[in-house]
Amino acid sequence: MAALPTDSATARRNQWLGLALVVLLAAVLPFFLSNYRVFQLTLVLAYAIVLLGLNMLTGYNGQISLGHGAFYAIGAYTAAILMDKFGVPYWLTLPAAAAVCLVAGFLFGLPALRLEGLYLALATFALGVALPQLLKYKHFEHWTGGVQGIVIIKPDAPFGLPVNADQWLYLFTLGVAALMFILGVNLLRGRIGRALVAIRDQPIAAEAMGVDISLYKALTFGVSAMYTGVGGALGAIAVQFVAPDSFTIFLSIAFLVGIVVGGLASVSGAIYGALFIQFVPNIADQISKAAPWAIYGVFLIACMFLMPGGIAQVVGGAWQRLRRKPGKSV
Amino acid sequence: MSALLEAGQLEAWYGATQVLHGVSFSMAPGSIATLLGANGAGKTTTLRALCGMVRTRGAVRLDGQSIAAMATEDIVRLGVAHVPDGRGTFLDLTTEENLRLGGYARGNRRELAGDIERMYGYFPRLKERRAQQAGTLSGGEQQMLAIARALMLRPRLLLLDEPSFGLAPLLVAAIFDILRTINAREKVGILLVEQNAALALELADQVFLLETGRIVIAGAAATMRDNDAVRRSYLGY
Amino acid sequence: MDAFIAQVLSGLVTGGIYASVALALVMIYQATHLVNFAQGELAMFCTYLAWTMLDAGFPYWAAFAATIALAFVCGVVIERVVIRPIGESSVLAVVVVFIGLLVIFNSLAGWIFTYTVKPFPSPFPAEPLFGNHYVSSHGIGAIGVTLVVLALLYAFFRFTSLGLAMRAAAQNPVSARLVGIRVGWTRALGWGLAAAVGSIAGMMVAPTVYLDPNMMAGILLYAFAAALVGGIDNPWGAVAGGFLVGVLENLLGAYVIGTELKLTVALVLIVGVLVIRPSGLFGRVTVKRV
Repeated sequence: MAALPTDSATARRNQWLGLALVVLLAAVLPFFLSNYRVFQLTLVLAYAIVLLGLNMLTGYNGQISLGHGAFYAIGAYTAAILMDKFGVPYWLTLPAAAAVCLVAGFLFGLPALRLEGLYLALATFALGVALPQLLKYKHFEHWTGGVQGIVIIKPDAPFGLPVNADQWLYLFTLGVAALMFILGVNLLRGRIGRALVAIRDQPIAAEAMGVDISLYKALTFGVSAMYTGVGGALGAIAVQFVAPDSFTIFLSIAFLVGIVVGGLASVSGAIYGALFIQFVPNIADQISKAAPWAIYGVFLIACMFLMPGGIAQVVGGAWQRLRRKPGKSV
Repeated sequence: MSALLEAGQLEAWYGATQVLHGVSFSMAPGSIATLLGANGAGKTTTLRALCGMVRTRGAVRLDGQSIAAMATEDIVRLGVAHVPDGRGTFLDLTTEENLRLGGYARGNRRELAGDIERMYGYFPRLKERRAQQAGTLSGGEQQMLAIARALMLRPRLLLLDEPSFGLAPLLVAAIFDILRTINAREKVGILLVEQNAALALELADQVFLLETGRIVIAGAAATMRDNDAVRRSYLGY
Repeated sequence: MDAFIAQVLSGLVTGGIYASVALALVMIYQATHLVNFAQGELAMFCTYLAWTMLDAGFPYWAAFAATIALAFVCGVVIERVVIRPIGESSVLAVVVVFIGLLVIFNSLAGWIFTYTVKPFPSPFPAEPLFGNHYVSSHGIGAIGVTLVVLALLYAFFRFTSLGLAMRAAAQNPVSARLVGIRVGWTRALGWGLAAAVGSIAGMMVAPTVYLDPNMMAGILLYAFAAALVGGIDNPWGAVAGGFLVGVLENLLGAYVIGTELKLTVALVLIVGVLVIRPSGLFGRVTVKRV
């Protein structure tokens, strides 16, 4: 942390290089995997965007949301309705989902401003529980398709690129995810990120130093919802289907599991968390239908006791040790 | 005959900060001792350390029995009553409920009612306020309630943290009178932390002077009144 | 008019259920200043235990009593094993642990008892009481049980010295230790009592909504609403809030918005109360010290 400026500049350049390498690796990956695996990895990327958004709110800013599944659903439905009813191309639905969720998040964030910790958790929990019912509501059925939901068509690769639909969607999602992560990292590393953490840890001092707490909190809620909405839209396009029962409170809880297990207040944690919530249930499903959730629960509690920094902390620690070893021999 | 209370090389910490650096003293049964010292010398911490409210190291013995590693509630159950700084009143409960709680650790229900009446004898004002929420009592009444609540334990040792704090001089004099009576009648040892050194010296048999977490002077109150250092620093003449 | 009365009465019946769960929430809040998100799932799990005993041929009231006792033990154990070590950590850590418990109980119930919906018997006669045609006798019985529980709790907290000690420990733990109260145990006891009250709510609601691992989600939401409307630190308020919310839900469902948006009503109530009057109708306003 307390490295010299030149060191940190090098370190930062190394980080960007590393990131570029990871993206490059991720980009060639689909050509070696089955279509189903590619589809799963597309979802991982969508979840990673969601988890980064949720982490901004909960990890960095300390506002607990137990209802982010609702914003995911709003993003997913925005994409689905635009594609299904208005014939909007899939890539244009992303900015639309982002905008809708930004506004929705900001608006929900406004009353939520007055709520602290536990109560915000309660209010967002209520949002997460209540949303599926709203999506089923008969007066919205014309748009939402009611209980049946909406089926959408998977886009094909443009410009006659030699990739199949799954591969293309993966690459597209990877591009979006990279963009969202670069934006997110810049946001969190700078002045805004410091303000968020200050609000989380020392709200009164932050206010005294001239941070407009209300504005920051509501905006964070909006931006967090926006990320989640983009993730939701991508997820919907990948799954080709939206229905109310995909967006129960348990989806919100899965996101919470993602950021806790991946690592609170950590950018890379979002990716670990996304891998976790995508693949662990798949494996656990073979034991019992209830097993994934039992494992989620155990991991949630175990993380709080044993590794509050999540996987990111463990990986980070291992990385540090690896790097220190050659240093010692010199 | 063993001492009522004996502290040996008592150290105490708040988090990583050490506040007491080896406090040693002892009190005879039924005596009154006072801890004097500037703000931050460690008086309140000493009281807290004696009944296990902070992290400590060192020896504490009550009538020869070691209580150093015990939990607060168990020390209390051995007969150490502590009127903490800020009085520790249960503000939402009634005066009488506060008194009942004072006797909670004794478990003897039959004696409880009689003891509450006895406290009302010492502090008639509390009887008038018996059904009132303790939070609505005046500062003086709350201090009386805190002392009465502590006495409900029928303690061997009473630890008092600044009983005069924020009270009018007349009221302070009345409370100190009652403390003297209680000490004489019930044979309760009293360890008093007090800002008002003149008053404390008048009441106490023994004086311990604390400076930055150590006892620098110990002696009989009568001789301490004539000690120049004590006089200049604490009595102001 | 007849229909209106029927709606109000059936609102009172569901309100009684909300009231008991809200009461359990308030008890944990009073003992620990935490809102237990796992309360509903714990109640559901205990109801499955009751179902197991009934299935094995136990008489109803024996199973009822045994379930309450088991729930109590369960609550105490959870506090000792999971909640206490978390201690005074951040709110986030505590909420995460509660959500972990919620998920564990939910999946455990699904794992052990499957997700198939099961009928659960009522201890009350099938034919309506007093020849009324508004409320089933189970409804009246459930309200009666709620009121009895409330009266017992009131008596416990008001007249016993253990109850007094629990109130004292919740209010001022430091002082409570100084009068010799074992605060750790009073907290565990609070959890035990809350779990016991919750299990009663579960057994009273199961005959109407049928037993399945997700039966409590909506009810928990309404119980939150009830507790908040009544004031999260006030047991009487929670019960009043429970009945109020139950009636409101039924009337809105019948005359205004239809039954499909019932959970949205709870959402609006929760957010509304939290924003407009966080202390609830009967709660105390607490000032936060800087």
